[in-house]
Amino acid sequence: MAETIEKKVVKKPSEPLLSKRRKKFVIDPLSDDNPITIQVLGICSALAVTTQLKPTLVMALSVTFVMIFSSLFISLLRNLIPTRVRIIVQLAIIASLVSLVNEVLHAYAFDVYKQLSVFVGLIITNCIVMGRLEAFAMGNKPYDSMLDAFGSAMGYSWIIIAVAFFRELLGSGKLFGFAVFDTIGWSTFPTNGLMVSPVGAFIILGLIIWVQRAKMGYVEQH
Amino acid sequence: MQRSNTYIIIFSLVLTIILGGLLSLASVGLRPAQKIAEELSAKRQILSAVMEVDPNANVLPIFDERISSVVIDSEGNLIESDEKGNPVDAANVDLEKQFKLAPEERMFPVFMFHEEGDPENITAYIFAFYGNGLWDNIWGYVALETDMNTIAGAVFDHAGETPGLGARITEQQIEDRYKGKNIFNDQGELVSVDMLKSENNPPNALDEHNINGLSGATITAKGVNKMLENYFRYYLPYIEKIKGKDKKIARSLN
Repeated sequence: MAETIEKKVVKKPSEPLLSKRRKKFVIDPLSDDNPITIQVLGICSALAVTTQLKPTLVMALSVTFVMIFSSLFISLLRNLIPTRVRIIVQLAIIASLVSLVNEVLHAYAFDVYKQLSVFVGLIITNCIVMGRLEAFAMGNKPYDSMLDAFGSAMGYSWIIIAVAFFRELLGSGKLFGFAVFDTIGWSTFPTNGLMVSPVGAFIILGLIIWVQRAKMGYVEQH
Repeated sequence: MQRSNTYIIIFSLVLTIILGGLLSLASVGLRPAQKIAEELSAKRQILSAVMEVDPNANVLPIFDERISSVVIDSEGNLIESDEKGNPVDAANVDLEKQFKLAPEERMFPVFMFHEEGDPENITAYIFAFYGNGLWDNIWGYVALETDMNTIAGAVFDHAGETPGLGARITEQQIEDRYKGKNIFNDQGELVSVDMLKSENNPPNALDEHNINGLSGATITAKGVNKMLENYFRYYLPYIEKIKGKDKKIARSLN
């Protein structure tokens, strides 16, 4: 008898930590299913914080942190969360993590904290975060959810960092506050005031979307 | 799965208590570090009213070497200790808290910028300001040269003005408009310096008491005007005292 019982508990070979299926969670949002350029989510902060690289990098890190951990907690609780209040539960967890990020920035990166001001708080309303929780973390295991969140966060991050790179370079002639053009001896470089205003972000974002869609042949469904 | 109402209520309660508890812990735990960060930022602002401050420089030693300070009341008298008898330090005066008191009860910090290691050789007086912007409080530091009339530099900050509009008061370009302006008119009356409406005022509208304002942020600009005027008035008795003292020093030199 004992033998038959043992046979019943045949262990399935566990999936490798980065199987093909899981890699897709991370790779897809980088380009084919990018939250900003394809899904057009999280545009508000992409426009607002991208005048300089430093605050943009902090924003990207904050969003990544909030996404990964909110996905983890929601996924851990997914079988306990009552369906009728799930949105509010997701919000509560996101809001707590965002407040935590805000407090930490206040203590250890006061300059950036002042620069980002309301935009860190607005991560709460960043559709990418809640979108992934509702669409993925509510129905998947913690590790998969974290990978998925990481992928989407990276998809968001590289776009806003790319936008900030061009805006800071062309708008103020600097990168991370370092005067690039002055250093290479081109001190007459005409900085473009348009790039400093939100309009500049629209233009660069539009160009990125154009290049990307032209390359992958993506056409919006009507 | 449909859960009972009791389950939902208990779940929400437990979640709220856990999240709230964690957040309060974080808030209390990080408070000291936040205080230090705020103090550093304030000292950097005070210094940047009179000199170029390298954003990566450690401002504390510069501040200690070149700034001395006093705390005064609205009559221009020195305040040595607060109501509890503790000695007051200008750098620790909570401007927001003072702003809520009646002007006669407020403490006003004044910072003296002097040559390195020579507290007698003062080159500028830096006054602290606090007022209302459009959405929230605004504050700043304005430095007067030793003639107590010419503005040597100004720096402003805000809690919640609109980015790109009112928040521009923190921009160097705006702050530089105050440089070299006078707060007293030829008759010796205090008139302060006002931002006008809009930024493209004809040159004849601009003089030593009127500078270009903020397009799209007239209310913030008015807030700054009001703040400067009010506080210069509170500082007036002290300014007059310093002026009188300078004359005496000048006389004794002759």
